[in-house]
Amino acid sequence: MAEPLLSVERVSHRFGGLLAVDAATLAAPPGRITGLIGPNGAGKTTLFAIISGFLKPSSGRISYAGEDVTGEPPYRLARRGMARTFQIVQPFAGLSVRHNILVGAHLRHRARAAALDVADMVGHEVGLGDWLDRPAQTLTVSGRKRLELARALATEPKLLLLDEVLAGLNPSEIRDIVPVIRAISARGVGVVMIEHVMQAVMSLSERIFVLAEGRVIAEGSPAQVAADPAVVEAYLGHGAAAKIGAGHVH
Amino acid sequence: MKGPAPIAIAVAALAAVPLVVHSNVVLNFLVVALLIALAGQGWNIIGGYGGQYSFGHAAFFGTGAYATAILQVHYGVNAWLGFAAGIAAGAAAGAIIGALAFRAGLRSSYFALVTLAFAEVLRILASVAPITGAGVGLLIKLDLRPQSLQFQSRVAFYFVILALVAVALVIAHLIERSRFGTWLIAVRENEDAAMALGVNAFRVKLAAMVVSAAITAAAGCFYAQYFLFVDSGIAYGTWISIEALLTPIIGGVGTVLGPLVGALAAKALGEGAKYVAGDAPGLDLMIYGAMLVLVIAFAPRGLVGAFNDMRQRLFGSTMKARPPLKEAAHG
Amino acid sequence: MLSPLILVTAVLNGLMTGAVYALVALGLTLIYGVLHIINFAHGAMLSAALFAAFFAYQKFGLDPYLAVFLIAPLFFALGYALQRFVIGPSSHGDDRNMLLVTLGLAVFIENALLYAFRANTRTIDLPYGFKSIDLGFTFLAMPRVISFAAVFIVALALWLIMTLTDTGKAIRAVAKEKLGAELAGIDVAHIYAMTFGLGTACVAIAACLLIPTYYATPGAGNAFVLVAFTIVVLGGMGSVPGALIGGLVIGVVESLAGFFFGESLGQVGIFLIFIVVLLVRPRGLFGASA
Repeated sequence: MAEPLLSVERVSHRFGGLLAVDAATLAAPPGRITGLIGPNGAGKTTLFAIISGFLKPSSGRISYAGEDVTGEPPYRLARRGMARTFQIVQPFAGLSVRHNILVGAHLRHRARAAALDVADMVGHEVGLGDWLDRPAQTLTVSGRKRLELARALATEPKLLLLDEVLAGLNPSEIRDIVPVIRAISARGVGVVMIEHVMQAVMSLSERIFVLAEGRVIAEGSPAQVAADPAVVEAYLGHGAAAKIGAGHVH
Repeated sequence: MKGPAPIAIAVAALAAVPLVVHSNVVLNFLVVALLIALAGQGWNIIGGYGGQYSFGHAAFFGTGAYATAILQVHYGVNAWLGFAAGIAAGAAAGAIIGALAFRAGLRSSYFALVTLAFAEVLRILASVAPITGAGVGLLIKLDLRPQSLQFQSRVAFYFVILALVAVALVIAHLIERSRFGTWLIAVRENEDAAMALGVNAFRVKLAAMVVSAAITAAAGCFYAQYFLFVDSGIAYGTWISIEALLTPIIGGVGTVLGPLVGALAAKALGEGAKYVAGDAPGLDLMIYGAMLVLVIAFAPRGLVGAFNDMRQRLFGSTMKARPPLKEAAHG
Repeated sequence: MLSPLILVTAVLNGLMTGAVYALVALGLTLIYGVLHIINFAHGAMLSAALFAAFFAYQKFGLDPYLAVFLIAPLFFALGYALQRFVIGPSSHGDDRNMLLVTLGLAVFIENALLYAFRANTRTIDLPYGFKSIDLGFTFLAMPRVISFAAVFIVALALWLIMTLTDTGKAIRAVAKEKLGAELAGIDVAHIYAMTFGLGTACVAIAACLLIPTYYATPGAGNAFVLVAFTIVVLGGMGSVPGALIGGLVIGVVESLAGFFFGESLGQVGIFLIFIVVLLVRPRGLFGASA
């Protein structure tokens, strides 16, 4: 891999006595989509929180564009070009869709007029063009996910961290938003996405890291990871890989 | 209806009042109402736009009042300079209290408590410190000349406070339309989401606190000049903390005209009650307490908010009509 | 050098005052622990209860230690009604709104008292009010000793209610996990109101214990409640042992500080402790994370 945009080196995080993330190491190249999957409770969102500055790691290093950014607060990372969405969508409830996106746009544009233009553009890009004047809280789940995306995009990031952006969407909504994500990556933005929707993340990602019990247990292309018995075990339980291999299909 | 037009109309209307009204009683009522409005405009910056409900804005009101009074009485400083110094002192107090509270990450109930505590500490200190006149208070010497920021005519005082209120209205309007204001509102709505979008929440809240404190301190300075007497109960008492938060809430938190509308409405109601039921202590605050509960219960967005809602319902949305839902055909 | 006996007296007095502080704080922490709001109306309720105790004696000759059996249930009902029909519905579930509503109530109640009864202090003179216990090196005022004991009885009674009665268990369930309790069929609005009622009853009992040696004015409750806030924050929001221990500690600190520095500065000391705790360790000594 050429110089990775994001490099997570042996990052660990301890919650009281529990090691939520255990020496996790991953790298994401610029302009590509990297997937982060794993069973529930594996520590994916905790890892994201650490990468995006909301939690400090107990040990390890985070590098962005070659610089050590371990422990930097979220707003500084955003200014560097790292943006994230939240698993539980957090719109600015009292504001319109346009004003929600405006907050993100203001990062790079101090003047309101310029920022509003960017907000409009980004709003159209994610497919919320007709909803810009509506209150954010009237959006459906699908709309809110797009809004999360739009807000993050408005900060003109080079790295976008998506935390289960497809969760709660029905298949047709997923079908509609996947091209949006692909287009973002095609523009040169690096994407790291946590996902449970297997088909989507497998088809979108070029490289996948699998997290289980806080540790990275596999990495590789989607095909490699799908065939990895350790991954099957992590999702389906101990011995499942052998059972499936031996032809006991459930 | 954004834009400066409503501000201009409101200020012009108020400026015209002394032309038609000559009653000192009415003018005095308006001066006090505008004074409270100014204090409320200060609170509104951190409380309304910032969403951090301070229960101790008396800390800034009193600091402004005492600073200007002490400078004039003990050091012979010119009243206008004293006024400016009072605003600066209030701003400094805002910076200190804000930095401590926000650095500690205090929000909601805890923020309300700590601001209440700071105001109480200042009140107790002022009630015993010699420089503030301890239990007796400070009397500014009567000197009815403009140089001393005192005027023979009540109308002059009226225009001074109206000018201050107008400036505060403009400040609120500018904040609303600025990046700072957008960030401040974002922090209010969801601090974590705002930080993820590059907003330095601490700095934004602190800046809002300083502006808020300065405006409320200005109200305190004016109080000192108008009444010429300050003591610890007046300067740092809970009465002003309550009125400073009550008026924006009644009028509409986070709106430009809210504190002004709220102050006029609340004071009018208070005076009306006193007229009907007799001028006994406690009656007006009783009404304010009841108003606070009723507004939160039935009109949480205040009078201005309710007015905007009604306008939307009668004249159609200011937002575009809802389009038929289209699938996003483009990526 | 100061006689250590004087210090001991100050400490003992501090403990007795602290016990009443603890009772007020207990009500506050109970309400916070379950409803997760700071009841700013607590002080006004104390003032109202002080007036109730005062008039019970003055108009009806009821000894406060007897009147408490009428006043406490009365204030329980009042607290219940306030939460059920005013605070709960007005707040629309928003914490910040609840803050404002309780503040509004505080202002309303306190000023209603002011309007009705003016600001002059009302005191009662119990025939045995001046009796004191002779410890040899000092005298302890009888009513204050009774308060001290009474507070522990009340705390015990509260503990029994919480552990043995169905309502108590429901209260603890709601405090721990509101959604789960709701799903289990518990009427949360009712439990909130019961808790608020209990907290208010604590304050009413404190008022009856106080009136023999204290006074009733519209602002009396405020002085107590700000100290109660300090105790609750110090001892940990929602922690009953925290409120009790914190109350005693603060009572002693205030007594000693007042002794050495004068009353006003003693009060400032309490608030400074309050501010420092809020800034440094908001969850206090025994509380759960905020």
